[in-house]
Amino acid sequence: MFKNLLTSVAIAAGLATSLTTFALAESHTMAIDKPECIAPAQPGGGFDITCRVAQAGLSSMTSRPMQVTFMPGGIGAVAINLFNTTRTDDPNAIVAFSSGSLLNMATGKYGQFGEKDVKFVATAGADFGAVVVNADSEYKTLDDLMTALEADLGSIAIGAGGGVGSQDWMKGALMVKSRNLDPKAMRYVAFDGGGEAIASLLGGSIQAYMGDVGELVSYVGGDKLRILAVMSPERLEAPFDQVPTTKELGYEGAEWVILRGFYMGKNVSDEAYNAWADAFKAAYETEEFANIQKEKGLLPLNMAGEEFQKDVLLRVEHMRDVAKEAGLIE
Amino acid sequence: MDLVFSGLAQGFAVALQPFNLFLVLAGCFAGTLIGALPGIGPINGVAILLPIAYGLGFPPESALILLAGIYYGAEYGGRISSILLNVPGDAGAVMTTLDGNPMAKNGEAGRALSISAVASFIGGTFAVVLMSLFGPLLSSYAVTFSPSDYVALMVFAFASLASLVGKNPVKTLLGALIGLMLASIGIDANTGVMRFTFGVPDLLAGIDFLVIVIGLFGMAELIHLVEQQAAGTLKALKVDKTFISMKDLAFCKWTIIRSSIIGFFIGILPGTGASVASAVAYGSEKRISDTEGTFGTGDPRGLAAPEAANNAAAGGAMVPMLTLGIPGSGTTAILLGALLLFNVTPGPLMFTQRPEIAWGLIASMYVGNLALLIINLPLVGLFARMLTIPQQYLTPLIAVLAFIGVYSVVSNPHDLYMIIGLGVFGWFLRKLQFSLAPVILGFVLGGLFEDNLRRALSISGGDWSILFTSIDSVVLYILAAIVVILPVWFGIRRRRAVKGATT
Repeated sequence: MFKNLLTSVAIAAGLATSLTTFALAESHTMAIDKPECIAPAQPGGGFDITCRVAQAGLSSMTSRPMQVTFMPGGIGAVAINLFNTTRTDDPNAIVAFSSGSLLNMATGKYGQFGEKDVKFVATAGADFGAVVVNADSEYKTLDDLMTALEADLGSIAIGAGGGVGSQDWMKGALMVKSRNLDPKAMRYVAFDGGGEAIASLLGGSIQAYMGDVGELVSYVGGDKLRILAVMSPERLEAPFDQVPTTKELGYEGAEWVILRGFYMGKNVSDEAYNAWADAFKAAYETEEFANIQKEKGLLPLNMAGEEFQKDVLLRVEHMRDVAKEAGLIE
Repeated sequence: MDLVFSGLAQGFAVALQPFNLFLVLAGCFAGTLIGALPGIGPINGVAILLPIAYGLGFPPESALILLAGIYYGAEYGGRISSILLNVPGDAGAVMTTLDGNPMAKNGEAGRALSISAVASFIGGTFAVVLMSLFGPLLSSYAVTFSPSDYVALMVFAFASLASLVGKNPVKTLLGALIGLMLASIGIDANTGVMRFTFGVPDLLAGIDFLVIVIGLFGMAELIHLVEQQAAGTLKALKVDKTFISMKDLAFCKWTIIRSSIIGFFIGILPGTGASVASAVAYGSEKRISDTEGTFGTGDPRGLAAPEAANNAAAGGAMVPMLTLGIPGSGTTAILLGALLLFNVTPGPLMFTQRPEIAWGLIASMYVGNLALLIINLPLVGLFARMLTIPQQYLTPLIAVLAFIGVYSVVSNPHDLYMIIGLGVFGWFLRKLQFSLAPVILGFVLGGLFEDNLRRALSISGGDWSILFTSIDSVVLYILAAIVVILPVWFGIRRRRAVKGATT
């Protein structure tokens, strides 16, 4: 009943992409008959792209092309409710999620449903936080900015694409916390998405922007913005190879990974869960998958199966700790 | 400037390739038909066809030209259901109903459709020309428009709306207030606190614009029609063969020019789109031109103003999207998503890295605007005949289409219940002699007003004087004051001239 008008045309899209995709060895027999990826948002957003990675990346391993179904509503809450009420054991469907979804689970935004109510199966890739200023800014390095913040935390307007307590806010909170400053005292300006925040940074309404690496690709090498640091554990590949990481600049704990991946219903059989996890693991080995990730603006962060499930639970725990420290939840 | 012309030449070379030319024409035509369906506007049109365009395996520039054609087509087509049926397809077309539908009811459907086609063409072309000549310059101005300036713009918009339904200011204000209240539902964008969601997860993200428009406007209109039919008071509309005349054009020319300018400048601001533009254009035009109180009863200028403005805004919204990668409206956000799906990153580097796409898209806008005028004028008579479909067939058909339209965008059955509930609510409001346009504008403007006010105060650390520091905002406050004071001036004259309800 949740089938979208778009699903039928998404099949066409799947067919088209599968024609162009690298064919894998036949040895991976799959238990997935009617693969479906649920993007809990409208077409064109990050979840759409997450599903397209699965659609294109697994196309050679599923018996028929993967459908992409859009299920917007309640920032993903509608989808998680469905997978906890009627489709808890659906062996064919995976649901796209991001770190933002995990944060919502950690802070109880999805009501009664949390991270223990789904099974995390695999990643699509990752993105990382970045600290950005205007190209004319007086802050030439991250140290300049952080020193100014230490001198007077309230003097600098820091913007990001989400409200207080969102994953975008978390990036700023982690930065100021790494210098033992109080995130609640930050002069934080919430925007509706990164686009408006970048516009305000360009126009000088805010002095610093906590962005994502993926959305900054078109600004690297340009004369509009300066990326002071990326919040990844290690240096990124070109075109970001000249940008230092927060870690190497000595800001401990100021790392922010935006994970993109998939979960399934909690009562899904081990067989179906493993079939999906194995399919992803096999796909991670191919060059084709790496290219798809790159095309969709994601950086490699490949994990599937039980290992991934454990990793996600740790992440959610960590987010909950930070949220508690920041006074977002009791 | 040389760069612009060589770029345009390159763009036309792409856009005029037979295959791409075919796509822009096909897109415009399909878009017009999709937009003409009640309840389906540019956002759903593009969203529905995005996966198809993606799946056809065209080169990115061709697929984007097709999508852009559908976008302009749907923007044009949206007026058809607004004028003929009083059911707008999206928030930008709401103002079109105010004078467009009364014209159709007066037996001038053909004239209304052709006037709006010409106004749209002028507004759209004006925007494209300005965009190609001054795109980067305009976008560097647009980004300096700070949150506190948006607050001033919203104050101006509210002030010009007070003129909207001058007959009963109290009900207009109450209507706007209902809109503001509806806008506050959902997770607060600033603090992440849930407001008025009552634990319903489907309300977390707030109520979609489309749901409000279709519910309050479309469904309420349908219930009203059914009621009239049951009561036997429904008048059959005669087929009319009216068409735009040179006199109309002369009569509306200043309106169209003013509204194109207003629409374009509101369109290029990253935070505001066609809905704000058409509302402000209509409101200011009513202030400037409506000396006899004919606005709202089928005045061609009341139709030309929002039509020129919303098409100019649709073009203007492309400026920040193409030059900065920042979408200025819901539809450009989807087009932006489409660019990303095709691995094209919009932004300052797109014009140097992928000029064939950037300039091809711009050139296709020239072609598309012209194509739409050529496609649309001959079809006016055909569309006008839509009114001859007996109501007992037309009403359920509109209802079904509206449901499909909403579901295709939101894909959430909860919102179908919402449009029914809002429809009944809207029907009650109409019974109580409320005009629904202020409700919708309160909803559209209220969200923007709140977000930007809180952003401005976050930036200043709670100091309200930030609202009056920039020249842009001071100018807007002065304009708002003029707009409020003027009616007191003309008040007596206006009251004598007003006759008939404005719904």
